[in-house]
Amino acid sequence: MNTLAVGSKEKLEKGRVVNDFSIQVATVNGSGSQSSNSVLMRSIFQMGIPVSGKNLFPSNIAGLPTWFTIRVNKNGYVARKSDIEILIAMNPQTAIDDVKSLSTGAVCISPVELKLDAIRKDVLHYQVPFTELAAKASENLKLRKLLMNMLYVGVVAELLNIDHGQIENSISKQFEGKTKAIDLNLNAVKIGREWARENLKKEDPYFVEPMDKTQGKIIIDGNAACALGSLFAGVTVVTWYPITPSSSLCEQLIDYLKEYRIDKESGKASFAVIQAEDELAAIGMALGAGWAGARSMTSTSGPGISLMAEFAGYGYFTEIPTVVFDVQRVGPSTGMPTRTSQADLISAYTLSHGDTKHIVLLPGSIIECYEMAGEAFDLAEKFQTPIFVLTDLDLGMNNWMSDPFEYPTKPINRGKVMTAADIEKAGVFERYRDVDGDGIPYRTLPGTDHPQAAYFTRGSGHNEKAGYTEKPEDYLNLMNRLDKKFQTARKFVPAPVVSVEKGAKIGIIAYGSSDFAIVETRDQLKVANIPTSYLRVRALPFTDELRKFVESHDHVYVVEQNRDAQMRDLIRLELPDLAMKIRSVRHYDGLPIDAQFVTDAIMEQER
Amino acid sequence: MVTSTPPTNRIGLTMAEYKGAPSTLCDGCGHDAITAQIIKAFYELGKEPHMVAKLSGIGCSSKTPAYFLNRSHGFNSVHGRMPSVATGVSAANHTLSLIGVSGDGDTASIGLGQFCHLVRRNVPMIYIVENNGVYGLTKGQFSATADLGSKAKSGVINELPPIDLCGLAIELGCSFVGRSFAGDPKQLVALLKAAGSHKGTAVIDVISPCVTFNNHEGSTKAYKYAKEMETPLHELGYIPFFEQISVDYEPGSMQEVEMHDGSKIRLKKTERNYDPTNQTQAILTIKEAHDKKEFLTGLLYINEDKEDFSTIMNVGDAPLATLPQEITRPAKSVLEEIMAGLK
Ligand SMILES: Cc1ncc(C[n+]2csc(CCOP(=O)(O)OP(=O)(O)O)c2C)c(N)n1
Ligand code: SF4
Ligand SMILES: [Mg+2]
Repeated sequence: MNTLAVGSKEKLEKGRVVNDFSIQVATVNGSGSQSSNSVLMRSIFQMGIPVSGKNLFPSNIAGLPTWFTIRVNKNGYVARKSDIEILIAMNPQTAIDDVKSLSTGAVCISPVELKLDAIRKDVLHYQVPFTELAAKASENLKLRKLLMNMLYVGVVAELLNIDHGQIENSISKQFEGKTKAIDLNLNAVKIGREWARENLKKEDPYFVEPMDKTQGKIIIDGNAACALGSLFAGVTVVTWYPITPSSSLCEQLIDYLKEYRIDKESGKASFAVIQAEDELAAIGMALGAGWAGARSMTSTSGPGISLMAEFAGYGYFTEIPTVVFDVQRVGPSTGMPTRTSQADLISAYTLSHGDTKHIVLLPGSIIECYEMAGEAFDLAEKFQTPIFVLTDLDLGMNNWMSDPFEYPTKPINRGKVMTAADIEKAGVFERYRDVDGDGIPYRTLPGTDHPQAAYFTRGSGHNEKAGYTEKPEDYLNLMNRLDKKFQTARKFVPAPVVSVEKGAKIGIIAYGSSDFAIVETRDQLKVANIPTSYLRVRALPFTDELRKFVESHDHVYVVEQNRDAQMRDLIRLELPDLAMKIRSVRHYDGLPIDAQFVTDAIMEQER
Repeated sequence: MVTSTPPTNRIGLTMAEYKGAPSTLCDGCGHDAITAQIIKAFYELGKEPHMVAKLSGIGCSSKTPAYFLNRSHGFNSVHGRMPSVATGVSAANHTLSLIGVSGDGDTASIGLGQFCHLVRRNVPMIYIVENNGVYGLTKGQFSATADLGSKAKSGVINELPPIDLCGLAIELGCSFVGRSFAGDPKQLVALLKAAGSHKGTAVIDVISPCVTFNNHEGSTKAYKYAKEMETPLHELGYIPFFEQISVDYEPGSMQEVEMHDGSKIRLKKTERNYDPTNQTQAILTIKEAHDKKEFLTGLLYINEDKEDFSTIMNVGDAPLATLPQEITRPAKSVLEEIMAGLK
């Protein structure tokens, strides 16, 4: 049944592939496979082997196909890889297509009754009587269905040689304290494992072996990381309207707030969470709260960003701090709500009408989701403006390995806020005057007990005293100061991460979740004798490093996950004299970008 | 030489200290008459101006917060979205008194959704709709509160039924709903003061004629029409908590409503015998008035027992806006605990 022709044991030993393959589990949405997939992933992780997990799910609650891919990689590559080595084909709806998509020599574990061996003879099949085994695992019909998922964990564990102790640990973690569930699931894994031991002859080359590469690391999704960044930034007002893939950011934040920000003695909350009626209201509330002195935030995705446009310009023009998270998904319109994208870059950067430009932060790792979320609140209050933090579905909703987060070292920065005593000392308060020459004015909060403290915030033309004006010179003064403030921001937003390779003629520029693939791409290109330097943009506006980087290379490739090369265009606008040096690699089918794709695209253009 | 010092209120401020910039609205605009009563109400209530936040949307009406309470922070927001801003301000600092001014276009058209949700949340604030039946600022188009059959200045007849914002608010559970007329300062100021004592959303729909675009014969929002048609449901008196006086009255002729801060509303009944604490009667009365083309004013509905938004949010006494880092940033051990759980 296999064409691997793994005849002798020695051959198998020699051909062993250790800690470098992808497992794809094909199941039905809502069938409960999520827990078994995380158990599988976590068990390998706890053996010290780098892993990453990606959930490819439909925009549906239950019934449609879903795929979970675990990449096991000893080098620590965690980007998506398009080739699958081991398929667990549990979904009859998609099994035929799934098995057809495999490369020759891949492994397919499937329920025996699907008879997948008839479809691909060049694939190595392990056919398992899952239904029969499930009957052994429980009397209860409903439970059997769920436990089916743990059975394949057992089978894979046996085939790959996953440490049973780690499976036990992962199951205990997954079902925290629920002894009955732990026992049931553990038993199902054992049944699967034992059946495999007794009935399957290992004929594939894939194995896991313990390493020490995950020691001390955590597994978390980007939305939870953003939530934690906000929690430790001291967020006080959270407004949101549910939308995939951003909902779990606020939902996880709400859990953390309830756990850690309700005073044990008084029972009172040091936060307010408001589920708004829409995103228009969500940002209106966030701005109202920011204006009144709260550390406010809202979180959304593309369609919500569009709705926020008018208010975003208001916040920019009237200088009100707030933080807006945009967990990007595929658009336009509803697009593909459960697929990833980086296509909101320009719309977020210039969100609203008129001359509007926003500070945009672009976290490219889990740690940066945490750190930049925190930093966004300081920047919002420092620059008195809405700050946009752009992540995406891949970063936000998938599980990633990460170093643990560090406790903030800097105190919270509330920006230029004048108290009654400050006004008394200064003798004067003018809301929109550039006192310090950095374009950032001073503000007061409502409730400040001083006859001069109040001012009138208006979206109409205003002078330095916040008075109504239509005078051309007043408008120029205001717009030019806002621009000056934006220029000041260049020195305070996160600088790019630059890695210069000696002798490299070409450079790669990327941002956000593309980083995972670029790391691997650079190694692949190096092997092909194309050394590359790398600059990862972490914020808009750009900082000085960008020009230097482009200048010092023959040409650069801007790699991004949108159709229109939005970052490339922004860079060309920023460096018009260097525009000819700037090339583009774009990946925009809704799947996370993979290294081989980028490598091939660059090789193609380098020929 | 004798200098006469201007009178002051209970916190020692003069009426002038509750004023704003000079109005830029048309002479005789109903909105200016309302502004004058807002100034009077806040002066007489002795509210501390720095503890007040003024909010509005967009329109001639929404400009008016610039014309009162100069010493209060103001937020002239975007068209129809003042409710969300007010909700955010209230969440950030529930110790502020909020007063919002909107128009009938701002509230009943573009902002209808946010208005409903503000009411539903019972965000503590005074919410005034300066209702002239038209979009004043964009030069006189009909708004969604224009009565069926009402005539525009150009002669066009309005063919759509109006949205009754008071009826809608009561339906949504609003805890304080009044209707008044810019030309009835005595009633308006009493309503405003009562609204200032209310803990929850207090909606006051004030017919406020637009002298430039909707004050002609055939308009149901004109001064002349409103003056002739106004039918008060009761004579409204407000006794603030700091000025308790008792009066003698015939049993059954007066209804007293005690407010949460100890102030009282005294309603001298007319032959209608209207009880503003009865929600069903309120809805019925509005419906009937509609059918009979009556213009009823007064306190339509009040419920002092409903929980307001800040109570539901369960925040402490200090405003969230000024909580120190010690309270808003959890300890290092918390982060360590969370990290350990993710390993
Ligand atoms: C998003 C948006 N659409 C349209 C306008 C134009 N606009 C300004 S005021 C107004 C109507 C205001 O009517 P109303 O609230 O009744 O106020 P009034 O001027 O009658 O007091 C409109 C449509 C705007 N400012 N913003
Ligand atoms: S146009 Fe009408 S509503 Fe606007 S200021 Fe003039 S009278 Fe008032
Ligand atoms: Mg109007």
